[in-house]
Amino acid sequence: MCGMCAVRCPIRVETEKDVVAWIEGNPFVPGIEGALCAKGSAGISFEYDDERPQYPMIRDGARGSGQWRKAAWDEALEYISNKLNSIRERYGSKSIALADRGGPFTDLTKSFLKAIGSPNYFDHDDSCAKNVNMACQSLFGYGRGEVGYDFSNAKYIVLFGRNIFESLQVKEVNNVLDGMEKGAKLIYVDVRATVTASKSDKFLTIRPGTDYAMLLALAHVIVKERLFDAEYVASYISGMEELEAFVSQYTPEWAEKETGVPAHEIYAVAREAAAAKPNVIFHGGWMLSRYIDSFYASRMLYILNALLGSVESKGGLILAKGPKDAGMKGLRSLGADMPDVGDRIVDSLMENKSLGTGHMVNLYKAIRTGEPYPVKAFIAYRFDPVAAFPDPDEQKKVLDNLELLVAIDVNFSETAWYADIILPEATYLERSNIIATQKGPKPGFIMRRQSVKPRYDSKPAWEIFTLLAERMGAGRYFPYKSIEEIWNYQLGPTGVKAADFDVKGFVSLVKDPIMMPRDDVKFKTESGKIELLSPKLHKAGFTSFAPYATPRKPAEGCFRLVFGRTAVHAHAQSQNNPYLNEIISENTLWLNSGEAIKLGIKDGDKVEICADGYTGIIKAHVTPFIHPEAVFMLHGFGNEIPLKTRSFGKGLRDTKFQKGSLETVDPVGGGVAYLECMVSVKKT
Amino acid sequence: MSIYYIYQDQKRCIGCYACEVHCKTKNSLAVGPRFCRIIQVGPKQVQDIPRLSFIFMPCFHCEKPWCVSACPTGAMQKRTKDGIVFIDASLCVGCKSCITACPWGVPQWDKSSGKAIKCDYCKDRIDKGLKPACVTKCTAHALRWISTEEASELKRKRRALEIAEG
Repeated sequence: MCGMCAVRCPIRVETEKDVVAWIEGNPFVPGIEGALCAKGSAGISFEYDDERPQYPMIRDGARGSGQWRKAAWDEALEYISNKLNSIRERYGSKSIALADRGGPFTDLTKSFLKAIGSPNYFDHDDSCAKNVNMACQSLFGYGRGEVGYDFSNAKYIVLFGRNIFESLQVKEVNNVLDGMEKGAKLIYVDVRATVTASKSDKFLTIRPGTDYAMLLALAHVIVKERLFDAEYVASYISGMEELEAFVSQYTPEWAEKETGVPAHEIYAVAREAAAAKPNVIFHGGWMLSRYIDSFYASRMLYILNALLGSVESKGGLILAKGPKDAGMKGLRSLGADMPDVGDRIVDSLMENKSLGTGHMVNLYKAIRTGEPYPVKAFIAYRFDPVAAFPDPDEQKKVLDNLELLVAIDVNFSETAWYADIILPEATYLERSNIIATQKGPKPGFIMRRQSVKPRYDSKPAWEIFTLLAERMGAGRYFPYKSIEEIWNYQLGPTGVKAADFDVKGFVSLVKDPIMMPRDDVKFKTESGKIELLSPKLHKAGFTSFAPYATPRKPAEGCFRLVFGRTAVHAHAQSQNNPYLNEIISENTLWLNSGEAIKLGIKDGDKVEICADGYTGIIKAHVTPFIHPEAVFMLHGFGNEIPLKTRSFGKGLRDTKFQKGSLETVDPVGGGVAYLECMVSVKKT
Repeated sequence: MSIYYIYQDQKRCIGCYACEVHCKTKNSLAVGPRFCRIIQVGPKQVQDIPRLSFIFMPCFHCEKPWCVSACPTGAMQKRTKDGIVFIDASLCVGCKSCITACPWGVPQWDKSSGKAIKCDYCKDRIDKGLKPACVTKCTAHALRWISTEEASELKRKRRALEIAEG
């Protein structure tokens, strides 16, 4: 399994004399068949790069000073466990928090916390798909990860800012292209022309922050013109009348004024999508931590699918199936036999909070205020909040309230650089992981197996957490001496053996995709239906249908700072990779041509960007293909860690301009509203 | 021209630069030289769509390669059995004649050895019945390792389909 980004595409690795010689996409996986992206292939230059942590490092100066001393593992683990034990004595186990990037291996980290008695597990999702996840749950009772897309059989695909060909997953890219080869139409709506826009059949430039307006108008047309799937709606949807009343005011003519998208285009998309029903996909959103109304925008995207009957339809949205749906038992959790944790996660006790718990933003709040109880230790495992979340300087101030900040990573992340101690994890080519469940139309299990010995003094995560648990008196819950022991324990109830993974790296539990019968789809909501009117939302004090509010307009010479991805880099973690850095080493600022003329800026000029006193200089990329209210830069540049020599000081970091935005979130979904940030631009 | 051909399906290519990295890792190239390139052209507004073109530029393995003619030492050679143009590094003196001669900028300079290097269609893989790295691992399966005849057939069929569907 690849580890160059969080998609974790399946790979096959060849070695020669314990050296990685070849990496390719897993040839046994349909849609992959050898394919691998640039980042995946650059796994070799990552493995053989020296500019990564090589041994445990303990801080030997002020936080962030870059002063470190080398430590042996024993000393490093002793250092951490002594501090954690002392914090635990004074504040209780609950004052220890851990966050990672979610994904398929979290049973390890969650079980570690359970073993030491802390409820405080967090993930990165506030900076990513939290709004989408919450929106999806509020309608279907399924999380967004449990609702997949059958692109290869779709006839009409609508993407709102889902830059599917650059922020890419290999299998998904191929499924979309296969669908398009078979005649699917691709509609792309964004504030700028991406590669996805370039490959689309229709590209609509939209005013930043107004996606929700266009979505309301699409729903308006579909409802008013009775274009929905009446039978499906009658069987599976509750709250249709209320929706009809709610969207009646939001005409395409009204939306045109808000969005800049011509009304006739909105009519066309609604009617064309309806004509293709149910083989229609309105992508619910990927990284939709953007605006303060992104939750409702995502919710409306999912509602459009529901109206057109595409949920659990071929060529539409497919609900994930697990081992149970295949009539099998699932993996045994490492924490299965551990006692439940008595304390509640810190944000469950907060007032006026967004939906759900486990919000990273709320963890920051708790660290900052000590309320509702103090959190004094934070373990960031292969997760870099300082680079990912807004306003790194503000974050560092908050982190100063901690008595212990641990980073476990394969990279020198911005968080690691500010930590008290860095534990180098063995790379994804040097370690095995616990077995993961793959939910989807064809449920199964997947294994990441070590390819080569670690080059440096690093350890796999399972061993790091086992050793830590031991030193914190929880060794009886982590009795494992090898990854094989863990695999056997996990596989115990399933009837699958570790050797079954030998050939393909994964085990499918069914031959054919599992689909619920069209006349008997069950949703995991209270009513079992798709709840347009959501009791879950109402109980939490939110409305099901939020009225649209027009976004702020930037002042003259000011712009909304939009960021995004390229196919070449993964977040802030790959800019120093020799081969990837060679292709894109620095970001630029996209600026609308008309605005550039007003500001006297020409393509390639150096420009100064400023937000709340923070300024930076960057090269301008002047283009007509971005909305005049927006400027854009690639995320992840502007590295401030001198040990990463290739990317040090190259380009600017978008999050530095998001001053004071750490707690600016979508009030319902809880996702960070990154794009609420405005910057001024002038020629230097 | 070699008997092989790399066909780039423009409809599938997403300009992700993976082919460049597949090539570099396979050939253990230093930062600098690149045996193949994706050159982005555009965007150009075509019927309301800002179209980008991603042009794949490997070595074309010409029938009468300028580089082979220009090479004074015989290092640059054309393989008899299949026409693959490659460099015998032991004969290269680093005179750069091939770099001057090639109209497409294909031969690259390797600083560390002081010699010219270039795409050889991963001939070691070809000899094992495999395909070049760029083709094998192309993210979107946009690159295909086919004969010129197959490429022609493919293009004609696709065009016919376009005409039929208006």
